[in-house]
Amino acid sequence: MNESQTQYLDVIDNALTEAKKQGASAAEVAIGVETGLSVTARLGDVETLEYNHDKGLGITVFMGQQKGSSSTSDFSPSAIREAVAAACSIAKYTAEDVYSGLADKALMAWDYPDLALNYIWELDSEHALELALECEQVARQYDKRITNSEGASVASHSGVHIYGNSHGFAGGYPTTRHSISCSVIGQDGDTMQRDYWYTAARNHEALDSAKSVGEKAAQRTLARLNGRRLPTQQAPVLFAPETASGLLGHFTRAISGGSLYRKTSFLLDSLNQQLFPDWFHIEEQPHLKGALGSAPFDSEGVITQARDLVKKGVLLGYILSSYSARRLGMQTTGNAGGTHNLIASGNEMKSQAELLKMMDKGLLVTELMGQGVNHITGDYSRGAAGFWVENGEIQFPVEEITIAGNLRDMFRNIQMIGNDADRRRNIQIGSILLDNMAIAGQ
Amino acid sequence: MSGGIFLVLIIESFSDYFMNSEIEIAKQLIFSPAGLGESDLSNVLNHLMTQRGVDNADLYFEVSRYESWSLEDSIVKDGTFGIEKGVGVRAMSGEKTGFAYSDEITLPALEQAAKTVRAISRQGQQGRLNAWVSNGAGHDLYLPIDPVSTLNEREKIRLLESVDSEARRLDTRIQQVMVSLVGTQEVMLVAASDGTLAADVRPLVRMSVSVVAEQDGRREQGSSGGGGRVAYGYFLDNDRALGFAREAVRQALLNLEAVEAPAGTMDVVLGPGWPGVLLHEAIGHGLEGDFNRKGSSAFAGRIGEKVASPLCTVVDDGTLAERRGSLRVDDEGVPTQCTTLIENGILKGYLQDKMNARLMGVAPTGNGRRESYAHLPLPRMTNTYMLPGPHTPEEIIASIDKGLYAVNFGGGQVDITSGKFVFSASEAYLIEGGKVTRPVKGATLIGNGPDVLTRVSMVGNDLELDEGVGTCGKEGQSVPVGVGQPTLRIDGLTIGGTSM
Repeated sequence: MNESQTQYLDVIDNALTEAKKQGASAAEVAIGVETGLSVTARLGDVETLEYNHDKGLGITVFMGQQKGSSSTSDFSPSAIREAVAAACSIAKYTAEDVYSGLADKALMAWDYPDLALNYIWELDSEHALELALECEQVARQYDKRITNSEGASVASHSGVHIYGNSHGFAGGYPTTRHSISCSVIGQDGDTMQRDYWYTAARNHEALDSAKSVGEKAAQRTLARLNGRRLPTQQAPVLFAPETASGLLGHFTRAISGGSLYRKTSFLLDSLNQQLFPDWFHIEEQPHLKGALGSAPFDSEGVITQARDLVKKGVLLGYILSSYSARRLGMQTTGNAGGTHNLIASGNEMKSQAELLKMMDKGLLVTELMGQGVNHITGDYSRGAAGFWVENGEIQFPVEEITIAGNLRDMFRNIQMIGNDADRRRNIQIGSILLDNMAIAGQ
Repeated sequence: MSGGIFLVLIIESFSDYFMNSEIEIAKQLIFSPAGLGESDLSNVLNHLMTQRGVDNADLYFEVSRYESWSLEDSIVKDGTFGIEKGVGVRAMSGEKTGFAYSDEITLPALEQAAKTVRAISRQGQQGRLNAWVSNGAGHDLYLPIDPVSTLNEREKIRLLESVDSEARRLDTRIQQVMVSLVGTQEVMLVAASDGTLAADVRPLVRMSVSVVAEQDGRREQGSSGGGGRVAYGYFLDNDRALGFAREAVRQALLNLEAVEAPAGTMDVVLGPGWPGVLLHEAIGHGLEGDFNRKGSSAFAGRIGEKVASPLCTVVDDGTLAERRGSLRVDDEGVPTQCTTLIENGILKGYLQDKMNARLMGVAPTGNGRRESYAHLPLPRMTNTYMLPGPHTPEEIIASIDKGLYAVNFGGGQVDITSGKFVFSASEAYLIEGGKVTRPVKGATLIGNGPDVLTRVSMVGNDLELDEGVGTCGKEGQSVPVGVGQPTLRIDGLTIGGTSM
C-alpha cells in the first residue's frame, strides 16, 4: 500500500472507532477516490477538456440487528463524526432484521492477491488531444459519406478503493481505466446514421490504437446507412457480442440474491436445473490479471473465488451477498456489488462468419434499444437494429424493428456460440445464435 | 392533474415572505462556512476572463442533502443519509469548454480549478466580466424547504408501513411489497461572467411502490409512485400514498390475466399522462439545442417545417408549480419558461442552454441543466407535454376496429440521429370492434421520431401530467423531468409482441 492508501486506512479506522463510540455493535466503511482527465475533439479541434476528482466515504452501522447508513465527501474528523451520527440515528428507527449484519469474519480476504489492475498512464491533456484528434480524423476521412461527427474522446482515470469493517479487516487496491472512443455520423440522401466504437483497458498499452477505433467507428456507421424495415415474421437471430453480453446480464440479474428472495426473478429455484444447452458453460474468474472486471474481494470484504456458474448448461450457483445468502439459507458467493469477469464458452466455438453461414437466413442484431425486459416473467421485447442475412451473408442494414421472446426459452434455445467475445466487458461472450424469435416490423 | 389545491394556496400566501430568500439561504449555506464572498467570485471569474480567448465562464456551487428509506418484508430495513457539496468551474471559448470541479468549497480549491480550466484557450480576444445582475426574476414554484425535516423519522416509517399494509390488505395474492421514500434538498448558486448571480433551493420527494402478485404459480409485478417539489406531507394528503399502493396492486393483478401481445403494425391509442414519454423520446431529445447546433439530430434545420399533424401542439414548461421537472431558474441562472416546440404541427423551437443559444444566435430558454456541480450543463427537458384536443377518450377508442390501447409505460430510448425511438408498455389492452377487451403483456413500441406525430389522427380533451417519477439520462447525467399528454390516436405504430 502506498502513502495515500495508508492515509485512507486511517480515515476508515477513525470512522469505525467513532461508530463503536456512538454505540454501533458492528460497522463497515468504504472509501472510493478517483481522479481523471477526459479530452474530446470534434471537427478537428478540442471541444471539451474535463478534469475530475471525486472522493466519497460510505458507512453502514449495525445496532444489533438494526441498520443505518450515510455518506460524506468530507473526510475531516468532524464530518466523519456527523456521518456516523446520521447512520446511527437511522439505525435507531429501522426495524430489527434477523438477516442483517456483516459477512462472516472467516470469509474476509485476510490475504488477497495483487491483480495488477493499476497502470498509470502519464497522459497530459496535449497528448490526449493528439490521440483524440487522430482518432476522429481517421474516422472522418474514412469515406466521403461520413459527414459529421460527435467527436472522439480519450480518457484516463485512476482511483483507489478501500474497505474496512469491525471484524478488523481492512483492504484496498488501486485501479486504472483508460479508454479511447469515437462516434461519427454518416449521410446518404436524406437519412443520417450514427454509430461508435471504443477501446477500454486497465493498462493503456492494451488499448487498441486510436486509428483502429476511428476506422471501426466509421465502418459501423457506414454499414447502417439506408437501413430498411422488415416484414413481421419468425426468424433465427444472431446476437453480436455487444448485444449478447446484455442477454447474459438479464440472466445474472435473475440469479442474483435480491431478485431471488424478493421473488422478482423468472429463475426462482433454478439451482441444478438445465437452463442452457448441455455444451454451454459460464465461469466466473475474479482474479484475471489486469482485467476490467477483476476484484480481490467484494464490497463486504469477502474473498472472491473462481467458480463454474453454469456447467454443461446446468446452473451450479447463485450470485449472492451475505444478506441475500442468509435470506436464502445459503453461503455468500463473494458477489456483494456484482459479478467479476463472467466468461461464457461452448464445447465448440466458431467465428461470426461461420455462425452467419449456419444461420443461413435471419437477423444479425448489433444494437438493442429500450428497457422492454420483464424480469419476473422473463418476457423480452426490445427495439433492435442490425442486418438481414440470406445465404449466410449480410444483405442489407435493418432498423425500426423489435425482437421478442421469453428469456427462459431463449437461453435454452441457444444453437451455437462464437469465438469473438468482447473482452472490454465484465460479461464476456461471443456471438450467439438463437432459433426463431418474433420480429415485428411492417 | 394531480397537485392539490391546498399546497397551491400555501405557496400564494407565503410567496412574498420567501421572495428572494433563495439567494440568502444559498449564501448562508455555501459561502459562510468557507468565508467566501461575492468579491472572491468576481476575482476568480476575472482571473479566468483575462486568459486570451476565454469568452464566458461560470462557477456553480452546490450543497445537497438526501435521504432514503426502504421497506420490504413489511419492515423498514434500511435508511441512508448523505450530504454532497462542491463547486464546478467552467471556461468557454467559442465551441470549446474547459471544466474542473472540487468537492471542497474553499478559495484555494476554486483558484486551482480556475487555473486548470484556463488551458482550454490560448488565442483570441480577451473577454470581460460584467457587473453582477442579482437575479430576482425566477418563478416562485415551490417553497425553499428541506423535505428531509418535514416529517419525523417515526412518521416516515409509519408512512411506509401504511403503504405495505394497504397493499397486502387489498388482495391475498400480494406476496411482496417494496416501498421506498426519497427526499432531497438541492441548494445551488451560480455566478457567471455575463453578470448572472442566481440561486435556487430545490426540494424534491419521491415514493416508489412495487408489488409482486402470485396466482397458480404465475407471478407478476405492478408498480406505482409519485412525488414533486413538495414536503413529505404530499404523500399523506388525500391518502395519496395509499393510492400508489392500490394502483400497484391493480396493475399486478391485471398482469396475472394478460395474454401475449400482438406483433406487427397496428393503430394505437395512448392513454393520458405518463405515456407522454412518447413525446420525451420521439420529439424532446431531438429538439435539444446541442444536437441541432451540431447537426446530429434528425430535426436539425427543420424549424418552420411540418413535423406533426395539425392537431399537435407540444411544449416544454419548467414553470409548473411543484412539478418534478420544474425549476425556478435553470442551472445557469436563467429563469425557466414555457417553450413551444411544435405548434399545430409546425416545428417552432429548440431547447437551449446558454452556450448552444449563443452559438446558434438565439436566446436561452432556461433548459441548461446539470446533474451536479461535477457535471457540465447541457440542454435538457423540464416538463414536456402535448396540449389537449377536441376528442373524448371514449370516441378515440371507439374509432378503432383492431388495435392496442396502451396506458402505462416503463421507460424509453431514442437515437436522435436516425430518429428511431422505443418506449415499453407495461399496461396495455387489445381494442376489438371499438371496445377495450383483453389485457396484454408488456411490449416495446418502436417508431421514427420525425414521422410519428404526423400520424396522430385524434387528440383527447383529457390532458394529464405524470405522477412525478421520471428521470432522464443523457451523456451519463440524470435529471428529474415530467411528461404529459391527453389520450392520443396514432395510426400504424410497430408493436413488439410475440403473437402473430
